[in-house]
Amino acid sequence: MSELLHAEGIVKRFGSFTALKGVTFRLRAGEIHALMGENGAGKSTLIKVLTGVHEADGGTVTVAGRGIRAASPREAEAAGISTVYQEVNLLPNLSVAENILMGRQPMRGPFIRHGEVRRRARAALARLGLEVDVGALLGTFPVAVQQMTAIARALDQEARVLILDEPTSSLDARESEELFAVMRRLRDEGMGIVFVSHFLDQIYAVSDRITVLRDGSLVGTWEAAGLPRLELVSHMIGKEVTAGGGDGGVVSGGGAEAFRVEGLERKGTVGPLTFSVMAGEATGLAGLLGSGRTETARMLFGIDAATGGRVVAGGETVDLGSPRAAMAAGLAFCSEDRKVEGIIPSLSVRENIVLAMQASRGVLRRVPRAEQEALAAKFIAALNIRTRGPETPIGTLSGGNQQKCLLARWMAMQPRLLILDEPTRGIDVGAKAEIEALCGELRRAGMSILFISAELEEVVRNCSRVVVLRDRRQAAVLDGPAISLRTIMETVAAS
Amino acid sequence: MKVLRSTLVWPLVALVVLLVFNAVASPGFFHVEWKDGRLFGTVVDIFNQGARVPMLLALGMTLVIATGGVDLSVGSIMAVSGAVAAMQVNAGAPMVQAVGAGLGLATLLGLVNGVLIARVGLQPIIATLVMMVAGRGLAMLLTGSQMVPFANRSLTWLANGSVGGLPVPVVLVLGLAVVTGWVLRRTAAGLFIEATGDNEKASRLAGIQTGGVRLAVYGFSGFCAGLSGVLEAANISAADPARIGDTRELDAIFAVVAGGTALTGGRFSLAGSVVGALLLQTLTLTLYNQNVAPAVAPVPKAVVILAVCLLHSPRLRARFGKRTQPVAA
Repeated sequence: MSELLHAEGIVKRFGSFTALKGVTFRLRAGEIHALMGENGAGKSTLIKVLTGVHEADGGTVTVAGRGIRAASPREAEAAGISTVYQEVNLLPNLSVAENILMGRQPMRGPFIRHGEVRRRARAALARLGLEVDVGALLGTFPVAVQQMTAIARALDQEARVLILDEPTSSLDARESEELFAVMRRLRDEGMGIVFVSHFLDQIYAVSDRITVLRDGSLVGTWEAAGLPRLELVSHMIGKEVTAGGGDGGVVSGGGAEAFRVEGLERKGTVGPLTFSVMAGEATGLAGLLGSGRTETARMLFGIDAATGGRVVAGGETVDLGSPRAAMAAGLAFCSEDRKVEGIIPSLSVRENIVLAMQASRGVLRRVPRAEQEALAAKFIAALNIRTRGPETPIGTLSGGNQQKCLLARWMAMQPRLLILDEPTRGIDVGAKAEIEALCGELRRAGMSILFISAELEEVVRNCSRVVVLRDRRQAAVLDGPAISLRTIMETVAAS
Repeated sequence: MKVLRSTLVWPLVALVVLLVFNAVASPGFFHVEWKDGRLFGTVVDIFNQGARVPMLLALGMTLVIATGGVDLSVGSIMAVSGAVAAMQVNAGAPMVQAVGAGLGLATLLGLVNGVLIARVGLQPIIATLVMMVAGRGLAMLLTGSQMVPFANRSLTWLANGSVGGLPVPVVLVLGLAVVTGWVLRRTAAGLFIEATGDNEKASRLAGIQTGGVRLAVYGFSGFCAGLSGVLEAANISAADPARIGDTRELDAIFAVVAGGTALTGGRFSLAGSVVGALLLQTLTLTLYNQNVAPAVAPVPKAVVILAVCLLHSPRLRARFGKRTQPVAA
């Protein structure tokens, strides 16, 4: 088979951070090639370099033997590389035909030849086996059709390389199957397809080869048929399946049941889930990216409403109708998205720490200034928050210190269950260790923790019980000695 | 003190510059005399007229802008409340009832803004634009598009009377500003408003009822506009539904922005807005004194406002900052 696209030694830096450290990627004509990796592996960056969104700082890209230097998406398209993004980036208020031909409309003098536009659009869609009214507005069609329109656009510009970035994330099972059928047909016509998805089942259903990236480096490329799932998972998260063995997690504190989750689900998002959370223990939520970890946390804290099931504490159903209700029930939630859902950037460290406590007391019962200052001073010392002072705006602190302030915000509430979604993401190693140590102290003080992390060792180190998620469903609950990297990975990889 | 200085310093500097200019250009500018048991003079007029409209509107507008919104309807709400109060006294109602009716309806209209924004989810600029048009129409409807003159001495006293030698509006509005500031800092309302404006999502996840916060600030803005409308009508003993409050929402926004509260929401400064309103009023009066034709006056006004806003701009300050940092530190 001929080599269609060859990216050699691609380097991409953002400031002092190196997102791609010399990645090599080869795509053959007539293959579906899965690109895999966890958060921060560099998949999106690589795709953006190939499609000209980012300019590489080093390395070469050749398409069909010809070197290209794609400095803009337009040049990449001209070289035959087309991309269909997760969120379809077309124009919903234009017709299907206009979307397919946008920017390349056949002209007669200054006028667009609308008949020709529609004819070519129909021809491109016919190759996908799709027949729709090409004059209708794109926005009136379901996402699946919009995606087909994006692919038709690629066909019309005679793309030889098609990149599909998580195309199935908003499709149902039947629509995904139809998409796969189209992908196979295009492959058989000689197109090279790069496929990004978080669903292992789908990867194995359509891919010929699999390339895994981790931390901006190439781990390897394998024939899909010759790569067991468990091995793929271990390549993605960078842990040898055989190494280490089980260290059995944290020994259970033998606490009483604090919360019981019974069949909790949100249709189309995650669930059903059934597990117990013990007092004085950390319960882990493990799974690959997109497996439903964050969705579970959001449902528990009342941000996204559950459509079924319930949470029970002390024999009574807990009201999870809103974050306020969840807080009243003794829950606290530290979001993974610190900037968007955590800090109030221009307010001070003190105000950020006091915020949740003040909100639960209500607007009239203001926490006295002296008490606020005492609280801030206490947590700045206890959590070793490095700030010029309690009145410094939190937005000027480093990521790790912002995270500690948010932990302080919730610790001040003395919750019964603290949900930590990726508490160590994007912070330096020292701060990570401090936050893990802090979790240990909270556990020993009798607090329950729901610990979500993409780093499985962290889960193993901190948790006495692990709920493993796979494809947005509960795959298993591991506890005590059953907790190890190996068992978690095996559960994640099981089909 | 540092925070106070950084937000207040530029409008204050601009105000002082203007006052110095006036002291030189028009002798007698600072002349204040005591007559019939009250103070008279240009400076008193600035405070009086400044309090009656821009300062009062700016109080409500500051909180709205702090939540990241804007209220374009205050001018029209002024017209509604002025008309209602005038019609009430003409119907024989006592002054307190007439003013209460005007303020009540104004607050209600503000709350309607709040519901459209916080519950229905409209953009603040759209929701209050609708109210701006609808409110003016409502005032016209109530009055049959006619000026409503009235003869009620206690209502007129609200605008033209004096308390302890000071004009009633000055006492009323400065009092309201102090009470508002005190309440916002004594309760957690100020914190909740700033948090909502700075990061609404995070505030909601921290348990703040951001919808309630927004509802309240638009209600308060409506109340302030209502009071302003009543005072405007009282000042000339007539409610003119077409002209009361016309384009005054812009004055309020100018006062707030010049006072150092960013349109993006978050930190706010009531004191800054009060100074901003005084600055605006002084400027208006200065141009009048210098015989600048009223139709042309907006041009120099715009230049001064632009200058103050530029002094607030972080980019420009960063440039100044480089040179002044050693001194500041």
